Amino acid sequence: MFHSLGEMLVLFGRALRALPLSWRHRRKIFEQLFEIGNASLLMACVLSLFIGAVLALQTGPILAERGLASYIGRMVGISMCKELAPVMMSILIAGRIGSAMAAEIGSMAVYQEIDALRTMNIDPVHYLVLPRVAAISLALPVLVIFAILTGWVGGAVVSSLNPDIGVSFKAFFNDLRSIVGFQEIVNGLAKSFVFAVIIGVVSCHQGFQTMGGPRGIGRSVTKAVVNSIVLILILDYYLTRFLMYFES
Amino acid sequence: MNSPAPGGVRVEVRGLRRSYEGQAVLQGLDFEVEAGEIFVVMGPSGSGKTVLLKHLIGLERPDAGEIRIGGRSIDTPDFMEQCRLAMVFQSGALLNSLTVAENVGLYLTEHRLKPPGEIAEIVRGKLAQVGLEGQENRYPAELSGGMKKRVAIARALVIEPQLMLYDEPTSELDPQMAVVIGEEICNLNRRIGVTSIVVSHDRDMAFGIADRIAVMHEGQIRTMGTPAEVRGCRDPLIADFLSASFKNIRKESAL
Ligand SMILES: Nc1ncnc2c1ncn2[C@@H]1O[C@H](COP(=O)(O)OP(=O)(O)OP(=O)(O)O)[C@@H](O)[C@H]1O
Ligand SMILES: [Mg+2]
Repeated sequence: MFHSLGEMLVLFGRALRALPLSWRHRRKIFEQLFEIGNASLLMACVLSLFIGAVLALQTGPILAERGLASYIGRMVGISMCKELAPVMMSILIAGRIGSAMAAEIGSMAVYQEIDALRTMNIDPVHYLVLPRVAAISLALPVLVIFAILTGWVGGAVVSSLNPDIGVSFKAFFNDLRSIVGFQEIVNGLAKSFVFAVIIGVVSCHQGFQTMGGPRGIGRSVTKAVVNSIVLILILDYYLTRFLMYFES
Repeated sequence: MNSPAPGGVRVEVRGLRRSYEGQAVLQGLDFEVEAGEIFVVMGPSGSGKTVLLKHLIGLERPDAGEIRIGGRSIDTPDFMEQCRLAMVFQSGALLNSLTVAENVGLYLTEHRLKPPGEIAEIVRGKLAQVGLEGQENRYPAELSGGMKKRVAIARALVIEPQLMLYDEPTSELDPQMAVVIGEEICNLNRRIGVTSIVVSHDRDMAFGIADRIAVMHEGQIRTMGTPAEVRGCRDPLIADFLSASFKNIRKESAL
């Protein structure tokens, strides 16, 4: 396991060093961006609408019992933007995009396409990894912005319609604004950026490791998704603690 | 990227050994190929021909031995920048997500050696040379095995390399197309003086185009020489390999 963590760090380092070449590969980056947006934007919005809604539904009545119903806005607002949107969207993207990356690169490895690139002196890291990691780390934060907004709306709708909570739309967002500012949103976006890099690097690395036909590709895809999610959830805790230093 | 001097390079292989999981595949190969030569490697299936080519182009590392191309060891760090190599894979190894034209032009596009208009022109020309006019916009999945092979050959021709490795270039082609490809191999050789190493089972082509032939058997070179020398070789193994034929099958099964 530590061995592959090391390999992933090396891969990340090489992708980072290739970053100045991004402009040259811009067309591939745009293609990837388009694919990510196309595959996930609607899904991300629907998903976070319901996450926001259920959050309000679960916490609202408890707050209301203690006469704290007016705090529902900050409750949903902060959980959505600092935690749920970045983590849930990363998991969604690991499933949709990470899997596709591992499958595509994996099949290229199995069918010698990567060997062919190497014989043409085309660096597979520049050609395959750079555009994917760049695109996913641009796209995921944008997706998270959409997710935060729709999550808030979902929470607000439930708060105003559910008789046990009974907080108006306007009151919800007033309370939310008193706590959630620019910094909180940036905090969530920073997290999602790190998660995006993890998904990209883990999936590409897993793709390159693929051996032995269709079954190997299937195995790589599963590993890419599972490993990404595990890493994201573990790192989330440490990242949260790290970001707290900047807030106080 | 600086473009290296044109013309072929000399290839030297010394004591090349490689085993996979305890199975010795290359068991000490020694040979050299002169600059501009067409060197054909024959041998039974599984004798290690493809593995040899992969070592020559640096995709695999040997357990022991050395490969020098153009006088430089292929382990030197910037070897690939200094020396233009190309390989036609046995399976073609086209990029499935790219069209035929993008595949053929890939080297020029990625290294930005020519403007796009010129690349399109070159690609069209190379495709015509291998008998594939008008297939530019199709995807590899829509092509037959032989067509893929020819696209792979066109993709390698575009590189105008100093050393060209062909892995079974004619194995999926009809006899006429095989002759066309054989001619292209010789043409490229005459035009830019490229050194060519051709792995093939095709006895007609081997004896037609080769300057020298090597026959591999179980990871070693069993014999090596000009086509005439190899044909005259007394080794029963070589003689059997070169004279295998379908002629007697009917008669034997009738007994
Ligand atoms: N990556 C690998 N791992 C394990 N064994 C391998 C590997 N590559 C090749 N081999 C073994 O090496 C031997 C030679 O393989 P190679 O592909 O070079 O044969 P070949 O001479 O090209 O045969 P053919 O004419 O059928 O293409 C085979 O026995 C094969 O099983
Ligand atoms: Mg072979």
